[in-house]
Amino acid sequence: MDRLLPLILLPVGLIALGPVLRLLLEGIGFGDGFTTDHLSTVLSRDSTRTALVHSLLTAGGGTVLSVLIGAGFAFLMALTDIRGKAALVFCLMIPMMIPPQITALAWMQMMGPSSVLLKTLGIAPPLGSPQPLHSAGGIILLLGIQHASLVFLTLRAGLRMIPADLVEAARMSGAGPIRVWAQIVLPLSMPALIAGGAMAFVTALGNFGIPAMLGIPARYSTLPTLIYQHLVGMGPSVLPEVAVLALLIGAVAVAGVLLSRFMLSRQGFGLVGLSGVPLALSLGRARLPVEIALWGIIFAILALPLFALLATSLIPAYGVPLTAATATLDAWKEALFVQPVTRRAYGNSLFLAVSAALILMAVSLPLAWLMQRRPTRASRLLDALIDLPYALPGVVLSIACILTFLNLPFTDLTLYGTIWIILLAYLARFFVVMLRPIQASIAQLDPAMEEAAASAGARLGRRLRDIVLPLAAPSAAAGAILVFLTAVNELTVSALLWSSGTETLGVAIYNLEDSGETVMASALAMSIVILIIALMALVQAGAKRFPKGVIPWQS
Amino acid sequence: MAELKFSNLTKRFDGIPALDGIDATIGSGEFVALLGPSGCGKTTLLRLTAGFEQPDEGEIHLGGDTVAGASRFVPPEAREIGIVFQSYALWPHKSVSGNVSYPLEVRRIPRKEREARVAEALELTGLRDFADRMPSQLSGGQRQRVALARCLVFEPRAVLLDEPLANLDLALRSSMQDVFSMFHRRTGATMLYVTHDQSEALALADRVAVMEAGRIRQFAAPEVLYREPADCFVAGFVGDGAVVPARLTGRSAPGRVLLSVLGQEVWCRSATATPSHVSIRPEAITLSDDAKLRSRITGCTYLGGRFRLVLDAGGEALVAFAHRRAAIGETVGVSIADPWAFCDPDADTLMVQALTRA
Ligand SMILES: Nc1ncnc2c1ncn2[C@@H]1O[C@H](COP(=O)(O)OP(=O)(O)OP(=O)(O)O)[C@@H](O)[C@H]1O
Ligand SMILES: [Mg+2]
Repeated sequence: MDRLLPLILLPVGLIALGPVLRLLLEGIGFGDGFTTDHLSTVLSRDSTRTALVHSLLTAGGGTVLSVLIGAGFAFLMALTDIRGKAALVFCLMIPMMIPPQITALAWMQMMGPSSVLLKTLGIAPPLGSPQPLHSAGGIILLLGIQHASLVFLTLRAGLRMIPADLVEAARMSGAGPIRVWAQIVLPLSMPALIAGGAMAFVTALGNFGIPAMLGIPARYSTLPTLIYQHLVGMGPSVLPEVAVLALLIGAVAVAGVLLSRFMLSRQGFGLVGLSGVPLALSLGRARLPVEIALWGIIFAILALPLFALLATSLIPAYGVPLTAATATLDAWKEALFVQPVTRRAYGNSLFLAVSAALILMAVSLPLAWLMQRRPTRASRLLDALIDLPYALPGVVLSIACILTFLNLPFTDLTLYGTIWIILLAYLARFFVVMLRPIQASIAQLDPAMEEAAASAGARLGRRLRDIVLPLAAPSAAAGAILVFLTAVNELTVSALLWSSGTETLGVAIYNLEDSGETVMASALAMSIVILIIALMALVQAGAKRFPKGVIPWQS
Repeated sequence: MAELKFSNLTKRFDGIPALDGIDATIGSGEFVALLGPSGCGKTTLLRLTAGFEQPDEGEIHLGGDTVAGASRFVPPEAREIGIVFQSYALWPHKSVSGNVSYPLEVRRIPRKEREARVAEALELTGLRDFADRMPSQLSGGQRQRVALARCLVFEPRAVLLDEPLANLDLALRSSMQDVFSMFHRRTGATMLYVTHDQSEALALADRVAVMEAGRIRQFAAPEVLYREPADCFVAGFVGDGAVVPARLTGRSAPGRVLLSVLGQEVWCRSATATPSHVSIRPEAITLSDDAKLRSRITGCTYLGGRFRLVLDAGGEALVAFAHRRAAIGETVGVSIADPWAFCDPDADTLMVQALTRA
């Protein structure tokens, strides 16, 4: 067992890193049909340049908005004495967990001439006026909201590291709260802010759901949607060209990360002192208005769109206003029980999410143990690189998977078009989501626990089963739920990998909306939102049993 | 129960030896304490014995089997050695009886016998009423006893204890010391007990191995360590008193030599004909007004029942006991009776090391 265990590094490395490696090889001229011709033709095309500019513009704009929202919330929640922080954090996290295509769908139900909510309230713009969200501005707005929580989480973690005595020293020298914030807290939290901003930028760059729902109808394409349209329009024959686009996004993402690293290296402060005491600057009479404002923002970016989505899901047909008389659950019934496509999508997504969660859990436990207790050069390398498939934009990973599995190495089988290619992509993409929580809990485990079991006579397999597994189980469960949550909603990867019969929920919603079945799309989306919030609440309820850092929205 | 034997055992971490040629034999059923300053390699020796680390050189034999050596390494689970950790290492998800019965479950002992043996172990450690508690519901001393019961329930060939009392308060320590010695009497287990508390080592063990910088300096019964230390380190580390350089006078008798100590001629007990130092315990010093060797009192502390005086005699510090408080700066006469003399050629380098380290 001791000798066999390291062998799991091989399949894990192959599945997680193989595709990315394959794509890189494609970039340096390996593989059939790829020549530098492709590089120059693809890169010199107008459509490529436009999409690149659009991607940079929307991701950049979205990042600015994310930083404004996320930093505002983080500063107020980490530094002041506002009440109900836990509830605020939970609500702020929901947009992050709701898949982008549902966010886009919900917002479209809130604006524009055919909004059921606005019509019911009698304030809808006249018919024929354009949907304001079908624009660069709309994409920026939704990207900003979607990724604000990334900035929030990173910044809040950074703020917790600031020693309270630094702030106290400043106050003793006579600085008021505003001055303390501007001259002490803000400069010290700059590194976290930059890191959060970089994360929001890279994630926005790879976002497919929002530009697909809002941009494609307006013929406004970004790099991910350009890849999608190419591949869907012309099939795998355009793979070499599409690979160039994927590499281009990858390069922009890496450049973004490098830029932030560069900025960080010039910003570093060695923080010394006692942290741990949470700051609670008194807002005085401003507290109630600030609280109202924060909840107002939550209401506007979370509750309103979801109400609009709910309203749309309850009407009998698109265009009919919602009244007590017209309200019906027909669309829900149709989406959940009748339509074969949506039922199949539910089945596929549940199958994919459950299998991904279970397989990853089964593999991550021994893997995390191996990395912690028997580190080798290979395991350290894997540890460092396993973030890659998750950090890279989803379309990049999809293209990498298609390249790798289109012709299975050494056979003439293909996985393209089957559900297995989606599963493999999910395994690669969500590996870290599962691995990190388990690593955290194994790192906290006293090695003496296992040594005691060894001297009691238990062999490695037995020790893993009797001692490590039960003690790491809560984190493994939390990790599994997180994988499930992310996988069940996933669109970016499956949009490029699905084919008839292997639709996922994300694809089903997108296709329903695309073909004008907005009411059913809304019902399906609403059912998913309810599922997500219930699962998040489940994780939250078990929060006390997990080690620090397992639940992304708690630290 | 089995004999435990180390021969030329060496372990290096990043090239730096943590154990440097350990040779020792621990008899079957013997209770041995490993005593030494922090970082001298006590835990390392224990972990090598348990099988958590592999030696770089040398061998470990357990009851005639080689469990670690150049070509052979028996993993911990096959060594039948019990270990009690300083942190107790109780499994938090198992109850007290679950913890204690685990070694038997692993050995596939039938349920009936298992329950009987667990009950017996819990009875012996005074834990009968706590069988169904979880470890988090126990006090420190109770946890320590669970760890002890867990390692004794499978009747190991040797029991290793790494500073088992370091986390307990003083009163609990002495009562747990009683538990350990009772246990040793009842089970007759071969026990290797690590501590850096010399009173614990001297009180509990049949023999004490004094370690320093990865070597065993002296391995002997507690009273021998105290009366006849082998070198300056042991004389200074174990027990109270002073170590003073001495000059040969040339006269000797069987088991005795006449030495010049602090300018006085004193008959000393010795195992060698050419000693270089003497160990002067406080009991060896008598204070009187008319003794020829004069000294100045530089310190006086109350120990309960008597006073401990620090004296300056010609630049050397001596320690003596007195029944009355003495004034600092006062001059008294000192006579030395029956000290122990030994030869320690490394003494000067050791002193320098000790000084530079401090
Ligand atoms: N895993 C390790 N890696 C590197 N060096 C180690 C390791 N374990 C121990 N050492 C070194 O070996 C030496 C002996 O350590 P050991 O833990 O055996 O000391 P000890 O006598 O138990 O001390 P203490 O009384 O403080 O517990 C120390 O210098 C320590 O730094
Ligand atoms: Mg130690």
